[in-house]
Amino acid sequence: MATNILMPALSPTMEEGKLAKWLVKEGDTVKSGTLLAEIETDKATMEFEAVDEGRIGKILVPEGSEGVKVNAPIAVLLEEGESADAVPAATPAPAADIPAAMKDIAAAVKAETAPPFPSPLVGEGGAAKAATGEGAALKPDGKRLFASPLARRIAASKGIDIAALSGTGPRGRIVKADVENAKPGTKTAPAAVAASAAGGVGVAPLPDARLLYPAGSYEEIPHDSMRKAIAKRLTSAKTLIPHYYLTVDCNLDALMAVREKMNAAAPKDKDKKPAYKLSVNDFIMKASAMALMKHPDVNASWTDTAILRHKDADVGVAVALDFGLITPIVFKAQSKGLVEISNEVKELAKLAKEKKLKPSQYEGGGFSVSNLGMYGIKNFTSIINPPQSCIIAVGAGEERAIVVNGKIEIATVMTVTMSADHRVVDGGTGAKFLQTLKQFIEEPASMLL
Amino acid sequence: MADQYDVVVVGGGPGGYVCAIRCAQLGLKTAVVERERMGGICLNWGCIPTKALLRSSEIWHLLHRLNEFGMSAENFKFDIAKIVARSRAVSKQLSDGVSFLMKKHKIAVIPGEARLAGKGKLSVTKDGKTSDVLAKNIVLATGARARTLPGLEPDGKLVWTYREAMVPPSFPKSLLVVGSGAIGIEFASFYRTLGAEVTVVEVLDRVLPVEDEEISAFAAKAFTKQGMRLKTGTTVTALKKGADNVTCTLKAKDGKTEDVTVDRVILAMGIVGNVENLGLEAAGIKVDRTHVVAGKYGETGVDGVWAIGDLVGAPWLAHKAMHEGVIVAEKIAGVKGVHPLNTANVPGCTYCWPQVASVGLTEAKAKETGRKIRVGKFPFIGNGKAIALGEPEGLIKTVFDAQTGELLGAHMIGAEVTELIQGYVIAKTGELTDQELAHTIFPHPTLSEMMHEAVLAADGAALHI
Repeated sequence: MATNILMPALSPTMEEGKLAKWLVKEGDTVKSGTLLAEIETDKATMEFEAVDEGRIGKILVPEGSEGVKVNAPIAVLLEEGESADAVPAATPAPAADIPAAMKDIAAAVKAETAPPFPSPLVGEGGAAKAATGEGAALKPDGKRLFASPLARRIAASKGIDIAALSGTGPRGRIVKADVENAKPGTKTAPAAVAASAAGGVGVAPLPDARLLYPAGSYEEIPHDSMRKAIAKRLTSAKTLIPHYYLTVDCNLDALMAVREKMNAAAPKDKDKKPAYKLSVNDFIMKASAMALMKHPDVNASWTDTAILRHKDADVGVAVALDFGLITPIVFKAQSKGLVEISNEVKELAKLAKEKKLKPSQYEGGGFSVSNLGMYGIKNFTSIINPPQSCIIAVGAGEERAIVVNGKIEIATVMTVTMSADHRVVDGGTGAKFLQTLKQFIEEPASMLL
Repeated sequence: MADQYDVVVVGGGPGGYVCAIRCAQLGLKTAVVERERMGGICLNWGCIPTKALLRSSEIWHLLHRLNEFGMSAENFKFDIAKIVARSRAVSKQLSDGVSFLMKKHKIAVIPGEARLAGKGKLSVTKDGKTSDVLAKNIVLATGARARTLPGLEPDGKLVWTYREAMVPPSFPKSLLVVGSGAIGIEFASFYRTLGAEVTVVEVLDRVLPVEDEEISAFAAKAFTKQGMRLKTGTTVTALKKGADNVTCTLKAKDGKTEDVTVDRVILAMGIVGNVENLGLEAAGIKVDRTHVVAGKYGETGVDGVWAIGDLVGAPWLAHKAMHEGVIVAEKIAGVKGVHPLNTANVPGCTYCWPQVASVGLTEAKAKETGRKIRVGKFPFIGNGKAIALGEPEGLIKTVFDAQTGELLGAHMIGAEVTELIQGYVIAKTGELTDQELAHTIFPHPTLSEMMHEAVLAADGAALHI
């Protein structure tokens, strides 16, 4: 029987994506594992493989299509002997078409939201609309969204983002009255999202900036999926997480000396290219990992019912891209040497720039490092990268006058500011961690202890 | 020194005693003032004893159908005194049960009549003696009684209210029932099934006037077939009492009059709230047409005084009073997230034969709201269990908002529908749409399958018709 190939969910949070490129054409025979298409998500471009064998009967979504909803049919797969006009019926997806890793979450979301069959009661196209409107089964803070089926359906038909509402039903469930009382204008304003999620009285959305500038005085750059993800994620993080900040100066003299020696000792290949070149940031990554192992209460994530204390030091590193930013993760950094960390960071940055990171390379983590030192930034603060609890913002190493034993001396000093989630890490805990980190940075050899 | 309570509930009916239990559960020191028996009208003179009576009439009805089920018996008869005795025993058992619940929850039961006597104070009179009871919160739950009209007053002998109708000293050969709401129709059904000649007079143009028109019409047909005489659009203008009968003058809408002579008359023309002798006026509590004016959480506007149940108005149903009792108890205890009662989700049941049950808007009322609706219907004749039970007459009807799939109302007539309606009430309360109901698996073979079919029918997708 002809089956639909559906837009895959390549990450648990993916709601839609761009069908960047078809790697097969109509009539092609495919088997399990054949690359079908390149899908661009908010974070990366990924290859999409066939699960079943058959022949591509029809391509339903042309390449270059943006905003293709997860589980929307994108092509028809025919069995042997079937003709192309066999059954291109567009029905919602069975859970089996979702990559295994994402299955649990995606299936849970689907089970809650997808209408099992399009009902004529909904009116034309109503069922499909209801399905997409219900896509947001999680609140911006990642909590399960409780809403009555009727509330979901009305929200979908009115174009209201149900995740942005706060419920007045039993235990905060969103009910019909909440949707009917919601103003369509407030539907996706992040401020309103945060206010309602935090149980606030509601914050007026910011007006559309276009209203404030004369037409033609600006160029309009539509959001790509990464921009949307950055906006959504960072707004949630900054408004929902109680941030506080700790700043410390680190003397880099010893680290710079060690680094110079190590780099000089790097074996060279026949083109005289050294096998590694350690950066200051590599040392900071390693020092962070070691400090996290000493302070497991910082290497932790908040949930409503418990704090998750991570066993490994998975350290993220913010990578600036021309089109946004992403924070890939060096997993188990505590068990990796400087060279290994250095090479891994370079490889992750390369993949990020090519949009080839897999979700498994940037999701999770216990801590992050953001370094703007190369731009000469002296000090800054970062927004926490959930589900992590802390991030350090690393400034430039620069020669500064310091006072040693009552005398002014010159030293290379770097300022580090940590943003911490106060729900997980209290001030004293954060300060002790930063003290250890400073010690490891100032005396790299102490990491060997 | 008078006793001091956190909450004193005035009236031990279903609203009052449930409120008291919930208060006690929430750790409040609670008392109930009751002038008669715990359980109120519902347990002693309403819902419960009439269900016992109707069970007897149902069995009587089935006895006449023994042949149909392959059995035979001769010379079976009923003894009205024994039927009434059983009904009273059922009431007593349950009333005693409520008294036990009061003990279990350490709720003081204060016999007597209570009256508001200033802030946080009630004076309770019992056998001419008056004492004070202090309460931080007072919940008025005094209920209601039968309405009477000039010229249509009960005398307890020939002209009855529900109270006398429930304990007939002898079985009347003929009856006139004034009013075709739930109370009137249940008595009409009971007496007719046991063989009395019954005439029902209804001022409106149909019987069970609050029900969906189609259900009313279905009921009227069934009652007429059973031999009941239905006089709609008709009023009773005069009652002339004889020695052991009453001659009633009926006046139809067109002005025609007719005299009907019957053994007894049952007045069931609605109810009035028990607002008297409570000290409401002095306390500054507003009363509108015999009902206390209360907010959506039972607030009377006077600090520390609350009101629930029949006393505050329609729908006059025990389960509505119970729910209000819980709401008020939780409000008093400061429970967070208490929701007001939504009358659109209060089911109504009439235990006549065939039974009638409904929730939400009738088809006509739904249309009046101006929205597009879809109506689904399924008859009992298409249901396996109904046929097997020998109950092929009945109808289930659903009313949906065509756009949102919201279940606006559900209306049922037929065997056991009073037990079925809760399914739709859950759907309404949980805000399920036609889609969730359509995808719910109903057990086979049950009468409940018709509820499923009536949902599918709204979509033109009923399977067994």
